[in-house]
Amino acid sequence: MKNKAGRELPNHIYGLKAYRPYEGLFVNPPEPVPMAGRTLRVGRPSSNKVLPSLIEAVEATGLRDGMTISFHHHFRNGDYVNKLVMTAIAAKGIKDITIATSSLNDCHDFLIDYIEDGTITALETSGLRGKLGAYLTKNPGKLKRPVIVRSHGGRARAIEAGEVKIDVAFMGVPTCDRFGNATGRLGKSACGSLGYAMLDSRFAEQVVLVTDNLIDGYVFPYSIPQTDVNYIVAVEAIGDPEGIASGILKITKNPIQLLLAEAAAKVIEHSGYFKNGYSIQMGGGGSALAVGRFIREKMLKQEIKGSFGVGGVTGLFAQMLEEGLFEICYDTQTFDTTAIQSLRENPRHVEISSSFYANPWSPGPIINDLDVVILGATEVDLDFNVNVITNSNGLLMGASGGHSDIAAASKLAIIVMPLIRGRLPMVRDRVQNIVTPGESIDVVVTDRGIAVNPRRQDLIDNLRKSGLKIMTIEELQEVAHKLVGKPQEIVLSEEDKDIVAIVEYRDGTLLDVIRKPL
Amino acid sequence: MKTIQKEATVGFEEKNDALVTVSPLTAGQGITVELVSSVKRQYGQHLEDLIVATVNEVGYTDVHVKVIDKGAWDYALKARIVAALYRGNAA
Repeated sequence: MKNKAGRELPNHIYGLKAYRPYEGLFVNPPEPVPMAGRTLRVGRPSSNKVLPSLIEAVEATGLRDGMTISFHHHFRNGDYVNKLVMTAIAAKGIKDITIATSSLNDCHDFLIDYIEDGTITALETSGLRGKLGAYLTKNPGKLKRPVIVRSHGGRARAIEAGEVKIDVAFMGVPTCDRFGNATGRLGKSACGSLGYAMLDSRFAEQVVLVTDNLIDGYVFPYSIPQTDVNYIVAVEAIGDPEGIASGILKITKNPIQLLLAEAAAKVIEHSGYFKNGYSIQMGGGGSALAVGRFIREKMLKQEIKGSFGVGGVTGLFAQMLEEGLFEICYDTQTFDTTAIQSLRENPRHVEISSSFYANPWSPGPIINDLDVVILGATEVDLDFNVNVITNSNGLLMGASGGHSDIAAASKLAIIVMPLIRGRLPMVRDRVQNIVTPGESIDVVVTDRGIAVNPRRQDLIDNLRKSGLKIMTIEELQEVAHKLVGKPQEIVLSEEDKDIVAIVEYRDGTLLDVIRKPL
Repeated sequence: MKTIQKEATVGFEEKNDALVTVSPLTAGQGITVELVSSVKRQYGQHLEDLIVATVNEVGYTDVHVKVIDKGAWDYALKARIVAALYRGNAA
């Protein structure tokens, strides 16, 4: 059976429910479902939520075999919480745990050991990288079902619709008080916004906060309220500040990235959307940051003021907010120390949950009003489909993130990527895996020309004035093939048991399956 | 047909480059190839053909060519192979 993105889907996937195939960008839920809830729990007067250790917290929640726990990824590659909690769970001898986390990073490679010994038997995440990604790609069947890859908005939807039921959310928080009011704005492990944690705390059956800055006073404003919190555990360190938030991110010096950024900025400038009141999401990658710098210069020069920015917020955007180039900034994830300071001090810098950000089954995620977004890609194809989860060898090494959410919701979705990486052309006949359907992508910017989705004749007309080399996507591919030749397709296992992961589209339909390369 | 007298190495194990080692074989063995490449899945056959074709082109035989490739483009790989053969043939 083929879905609307042209991907061949198996009729049956081991360990998973029967999925509806992807049918298009905005398919409404098949039937109305009430928002998920949780069991009412009563706190007695003068009771104490603070427990001496994670082992005691695990005991207090009654966590047992077969349950689902969650983490957030605001500590990025500096996260210690996941490991601290898994160590406690393993010490209790609990097995068959599903981890439904907002994302995973290189620092989570240790999970391999817990998969090997049966402590963890299922994973649901936005991203998979490093040794863990490689291990899972090569060893399907180590888990009881394929990994479920969701976008940030898709995860919020699945949790609120009751498709993902978190039994215990273990949320690392950089500062909290003895009642459980928590924030990411303060403390030695400050990470800024707690956008993903806000969602888990609101919907999980039970919530355990893990902090390295438990204060005796009162935390306000708080991102997680005490009414959502069952237990609190203080530990030595919840993360490595170096890995949590970098200092101000340096603008790239890589000439190709600068060239790409300049071209992307020109696309925005001439797109027809670049005018007073426009909104944007820039992202935090090397190229995206450089695009931001060029856009800032153009805004100052042409005296254009934007309305709102969304992110993934960097110090650069915080600076633009400070300068009055934007009215307000919605922050679901804060990337660097400058942006964290801005969230703390600038009332126009607003913290939002991942549901407020991108949940497609809500009356209005903020991204529904986005004009322009800048996105990366590991590869694209002739139908403009985008892969950001596997590399050219079929290895899991990326993250779905908000990619497919903002591409679908925005008016102008721009992919920025080099045409060739190493000697591999990045415009394929068919991408290895689809994370973002081509019908939601408008422009692909490369170092050797740009291609506009033929559905957007209006953009093609507008961009003629930009001075950029506009080509068809087929022509772009041809340029790459002339330089490095056409690569052979890698061979994937066709067997049902060799499905490594599935890509769930933001509306819960099945977009693609990731198979083991042979 | 020319042959090389000694083993010679050219290039680097760096991105977009290749480390090429040629070593002499006894007469009549022709050209043998040993390829390690970061893009073997995508370009393996193409690279092996290119290596043999390049050695033939400059008129050498009875040589073993070992290539550790990190995604070199064709012109770079050819240059490395030719240079290695010249070095192996130098007095």
